Amino acid sequence: MTTNGWLQISFYLVALLALAKPLGGYMARVYEGQPIWLDRLLGSVERAIYRLCGIREQNEMGWKEYGMATLLFSAAGFLFLYALQRLQGYLPLNPAGFGAVPPELAFNTATSFVTNTNWQAYGGETTMSYLTQMLGLTVQNFVSAATGMAVLVALIRGLARKSAETIGNFWVDLVRTTLYILLPLSVIFSLVLVSQGMVQTFSDYQKVKLLQPVSYDQPVSDASGQPVLDEKGQPKTEKVTVTEQVLALGPAASQVAIKQLGTNGGGFFNVNSAHPFENPTPFSNFLELLAILLIPAALCYTFGKMVGDTRQGWAILAAMTIVLVVFVWGAYWAESAGNPLIAKMGVDQTLSNVQPGGNMEGKEVRFGLANSVLWASATTAASNGSVNSMHDSYTPLGGLVPLFLMQFGEVIFGGVGSGLYGMLVFAIIAVFVAGLMVGRTPEYLGKKIEAYEMKMASLLILIMPIIVLGLTAVASVTATGRASIFNPGPHGFSEILYAYSSMGNNNGSAFAGFGANTPFYNLTGGVAMLVARFWWIIPTLALAGSLARKKAVPAGLGTLPTHTPLFIVLLIGTVVLVGALTFIPALALGPIVEQIVMIQGVHP
Amino acid sequence: MTTHLRAAFVSLGLLTILTGVLYPLAVTGVAQLLLPRQANGSLIVKHGGPSDQPAGSALIGQPFDDPKYFWGRPSATGPFPYNAAASSGSNLGPTNDALTTAVKDRIAALKAADPDNTAPVPVDLVTASGSGLDPHISPAAADYQVRRVARARGLNEEAIRRLVEQQTEGRQFGFLGEPRVNVLLLNLALDAAR
Repeated sequence: MTTNGWLQISFYLVALLALAKPLGGYMARVYEGQPIWLDRLLGSVERAIYRLCGIREQNEMGWKEYGMATLLFSAAGFLFLYALQRLQGYLPLNPAGFGAVPPELAFNTATSFVTNTNWQAYGGETTMSYLTQMLGLTVQNFVSAATGMAVLVALIRGLARKSAETIGNFWVDLVRTTLYILLPLSVIFSLVLVSQGMVQTFSDYQKVKLLQPVSYDQPVSDASGQPVLDEKGQPKTEKVTVTEQVLALGPAASQVAIKQLGTNGGGFFNVNSAHPFENPTPFSNFLELLAILLIPAALCYTFGKMVGDTRQGWAILAAMTIVLVVFVWGAYWAESAGNPLIAKMGVDQTLSNVQPGGNMEGKEVRFGLANSVLWASATTAASNGSVNSMHDSYTPLGGLVPLFLMQFGEVIFGGVGSGLYGMLVFAIIAVFVAGLMVGRTPEYLGKKIEAYEMKMASLLILIMPIIVLGLTAVASVTATGRASIFNPGPHGFSEILYAYSSMGNNNGSAFAGFGANTPFYNLTGGVAMLVARFWWIIPTLALAGSLARKKAVPAGLGTLPTHTPLFIVLLIGTVVLVGALTFIPALALGPIVEQIVMIQGVHP
Repeated sequence: MTTHLRAAFVSLGLLTILTGVLYPLAVTGVAQLLLPRQANGSLIVKHGGPSDQPAGSALIGQPFDDPKYFWGRPSATGPFPYNAAASSGSNLGPTNDALTTAVKDRIAALKAADPDNTAPVPVDLVTASGSGLDPHISPAAADYQVRRVARARGLNEEAIRRLVEQQTEGRQFGFLGEPRVNVLLLNLALDAAR
């Protein structure tokens, strides 16, 4: 760890927290239907959309209707995206002539993008046509994020309203989120990113000259594609000399902006934001990092504003930030310590002003360690999943950080909307636990927390571990499941656990050596993503409906205030305890064993 | 139900046009108009003829293993290193034998090209980058190679060191990122200095 590294991390946190209030206040105005200056520009577009869709703006919905609209919209998105992938061979804008995406992969990908996960079992440039990328994947980057934010706003209204039957209009929340929040921010971010060198073009791949031509051995195959063997029975190879480099280009900036802002994370290029065209400079890296947590952080302020007490929002944001900082420290420490197996060979891993040092496998020089571990922590604290370094190559404890952060249920910032509604569920559990201790009926924001609310909250926190650990167990004991492992030993178990933790929490990041594109993982992972998304959304909306109907109880002497440091500690304790009790045994089998193996210097 | 079905499909269609067609087109238009060099890959155009093929991108590394050039980060792209049409990291885990073997081989290659260099090897010179296209090495990794390049080119070390210094980029705005040397630009400058 270096002083400069911590300076960069601190600067990032200060910028993030400073922007929470202005953006959060703006979003509150958007959701409360107050006048905003973008109305003049986009108001007519908004009204035209309502007219064409037959939406009555003033018609508010109860929670069941709101939930049905959410499900119908997600189902429509899924069907369209699935069909687009299966039919892309017959459709235009397919210069590489890709055929239909296989059914299990199309199912997995459609699920992945509709649930705001962006798990990518495919290679973009080798599977998806331009049309599929644009009309399917990019669009879901916007609308799946908007869906999560709409559900959050419905829950906030449930907390804010008293004796009310309705929690808002899903269509209005969806359209206003897209038009007034996601689109304008994306336009600004994408143009600033281009200024740093991110590509944005529809032209063909660019050929450039190599300064020093490179040769490699290529296996020879016959007409039927079978490898040709030489006299000794070894595959025959021929020397190929390459004198040109083909630069993959494309409209990257527009997709990267929304990929980060909407906590999507699906990369334009294979290596995501480690690619110099997808993250050219330290400043582009700072901006992309900022975009990962910007909306989740600002929504905390929106929440406080809408329930009429901004201190409530700051308390939640403080709890999230504290957990994040602790985990960033852990990852930074582990990666700075480097890899002892490599140090033994006379390699210098010291961190200094002339070299990044530490564990540099899978990392880029321009980012160094501080920016890599900050990204790894932020992208998994939020349910973003984009990477600027390869998590599979992290030291075992360094890799434990992103893994564990996902296993908290994506509530430390979390996905846009989904993270905060998850965290509010944990807040309800926290006040319930506190209420049990003093023997009083728990309240949150003046609403009594009763049996129904606790049933919904318990449903929510139980299902994720069952899915993640259950599927990990099945995959670890079957040959089909183990066939996808890339790194041997305990690291291989970590790869499986990481994959299901990622999909089962709608994150999308991966230990990328893992062979995810098999029917087994496509199908089980697809189910995990669906459960993770909609098992949360429906009980959350039920909770919103039930809370909205309640009368407000005035705070009394026995009421636990939910804006104090005491509550922040209680909330952190609840999240960390639930996560730790559930996942530490599994983590012990993967990263923790591997760390010991690495320090001992014995190979598995 | 039917009103919601209509709303679901029509709103999806309209938002698709807005975010999937109009948005990327508008951003591309503005980017091509205002920032054409960056938007098209930061190409290095040599001052020869205008029809000449670009000499690379300032953002994408190239493979080097000739002792007279500075070498960049090891690259895990297939089938050859620095394949900019198929970016990839190695994804090798920290305790994987394949990783330790690869590092050992890279150290051996560096020593073979520069046998009497006994300095410890900077870690970024023997570990694969995340993208496989990392255009940079650390100033320490450049310094490690100065003597070898000087000998291979029959130039004195001071001249080479000065070129390295010219091509060394500090932290952005003085504090963001890491100090670094762009390998392709440095090697182009070396060739030009001859």
